[in-house]
Amino acid sequence: MMRIFVEGVGLLGPGLDGWSAGRSMLAGDAAYVAAPTNLRASDMLPAAERRRAGVPIKLALAVGQEAFLHSGRDPRTAATVFTSSGGDNDNAHAINAILATAPREVSPTRFHNSVHNAAAGYWCVAADTHEPSTSLCAHDASFAAGLLESAAQVTTDDAVVVLIAYDHPFPEPLHAVRPIAAPFGMALILSSRQTEKSLASIEVDFASGKVEETTMQDAGLEVLRRGVPAARGLPLLAALACGNAAQISIAYFDDNHLNLRVTPC
Amino acid sequence: MQPLVISHFTLANSLGLGLSATLDALRLRRSGLIPCVFEDVDLETYIAKVAELDACQMRPDQMAYDCRNNRLAQLCLEQDGFADMIGKAKKKYTAGRIGVFLGTSTSGILQTELAYRQLDSRSGALPADFHYAETQNTYSLARFVSRYLGLSGPSFVVSSACSSSAKVFANAARMMVAGVCDAAVVGGVDSLCLSTLYGFNSLGLVSRFPCRPYDAERDGISVGEGAGFVLVERATAENSSNAMLLLGVGESSDAYHMSTPHPEGLGAKLAMQRALASAGLQAGDIDYINLHGTATKSNDASEGKAVADVFGANVPCSSTKGWTGHQLGAAGVTEAIIGMLAIEHGFVPGSVNTRQLDPGITINYQIENSERKIHRVLSNSFGFGGSNCSLVLGRRP
Repeated sequence: MMRIFVEGVGLLGPGLDGWSAGRSMLAGDAAYVAAPTNLRASDMLPAAERRRAGVPIKLALAVGQEAFLHSGRDPRTAATVFTSSGGDNDNAHAINAILATAPREVSPTRFHNSVHNAAAGYWCVAADTHEPSTSLCAHDASFAAGLLESAAQVTTDDAVVVLIAYDHPFPEPLHAVRPIAAPFGMALILSSRQTEKSLASIEVDFASGKVEETTMQDAGLEVLRRGVPAARGLPLLAALACGNAAQISIAYFDDNHLNLRVTPC
Repeated sequence: MQPLVISHFTLANSLGLGLSATLDALRLRRSGLIPCVFEDVDLETYIAKVAELDACQMRPDQMAYDCRNNRLAQLCLEQDGFADMIGKAKKKYTAGRIGVFLGTSTSGILQTELAYRQLDSRSGALPADFHYAETQNTYSLARFVSRYLGLSGPSFVVSSACSSSAKVFANAARMMVAGVCDAAVVGGVDSLCLSTLYGFNSLGLVSRFPCRPYDAERDGISVGEGAGFVLVERATAENSSNAMLLLGVGESSDAYHMSTPHPEGLGAKLAMQRALASAGLQAGDIDYINLHGTATKSNDASEGKAVADVFGANVPCSSTKGWTGHQLGAAGVTEAIIGMLAIEHGFVPGSVNTRQLDPGITINYQIENSERKIHRVLSNSFGFGGSNCSLVLGRRP
């Protein structure tokens, strides 16, 4: 079991325009109304790079920036764990289409945005951080993998870690074989010690066997949780928003899962 | 860090299948680079290709995972008795206590590139036999390897471009300290595809010649494919006295540019310094450095500065990419294994294709092979997005 503290949250999804705006919906105090994700380029990036930034970079930078704003930490001092099922899916589609026809002119920007760690690269430049950064993928379990790795870094390296999870839809024809419901991102700033900013502690346990996953009470939010790999973290955000103690189960794969015990600070 | 015992390892690449093929090719200075013949690629360049892949068939129960990358993974898992060793480890630890942490940059994307040529002419749909999760998705590799080996511990793919399969050693080390698993399969696989060949070409980073690491006239990489797997376990009194160990890992970020390394090698230097600190060693304790050495102008210049700053001009260094090409997400584990072969066989690989060293780089770069006692090796892997990782491997002094 690993015990970590949350001291900042970032959120951006359909009808969830930031943690400050979205937490009352997650707590069940306000009605959730789905609306297109309010994507915008981050002012962390210089103008030229803002134009090149695809959806994942917009998501990742927005939620990361919001989480640091809440925690009051300097982003230069935090290690980063990025996790996503697909990276930049618009760009992947465009490159496949370009390579299927002559001439095969993949632009330099398309190519360097195609690496799974593109969002991490842009973040590290924008935040001016030399701390370790990793970029993970575990298909539908990408959020669980990111949380597990972040907890391991926090507890074994005594690091402050920002976990940034994001996913967004593919265009057709890939959307038909890998439907992702909407652009969604969330960030958590995690530390090994309680501070005055800590919202809650989370005990993270990796366990064998199948599990009945914790679901969202609101039907619309449950559709979102099921529809986006990165949104599998919503039950954790709901617990943080409510400020109550909670036990949460998140599936990893068929034969293993994460158990989380959330205790408000 | 608490050292990890490296119990078993294997690799497969353009030099052949298994450890002895790579060791022999290194000793005989036989490069794996050949003029580019791959699918219908029309680029004038050299590649490092695994010839045995064309005849490789997926195990029948894993046919949904059939793609070049997973075939290469399977081929590699069957070398040097690796899959059998995992069978023994499962008996010792149980399947749920062995983690799988693997690196890849492009996974099975070739499958999608080819599928986009066969879209339904009316609906635009992908062919019915296209399996996204099992091939294109970045996690496909770790899912396939977990299934193939029958493991159910924690698993994920690290995809940080060319540092991916070095960084997985750090993930495994942390998961073991945290008690999430007792052993882990780490490594990486990357295979030829059009995205990387045309992509690196668009950046002007692909050489028309076999790549020449650290040469004054170096002009780019040769893209390669390969795989490597390592079984790591916790060090105990019984298993570690004379064992090969992962002694230290250092990770850092450049915070400079998406596709160009920091000109002064700032991130590279931090990764090497952190790796030494994590191993509790000084620069003088390292006997050989396997460089990232991609043979681009910018990588070798910036890495060279960083190595000179941390190690001076004494420690023998070389890049082995003239043999293997740049295997991207499989480069880290391949070069870690080459470092371990150097220790086991008392042998420093030089650098094939390199003729005239860059006079601006003041490190002890080795062109010729040599025989000498090697106790500890440092291996560098740096990736797009400024993602850096250095490993220290060796035996206890």
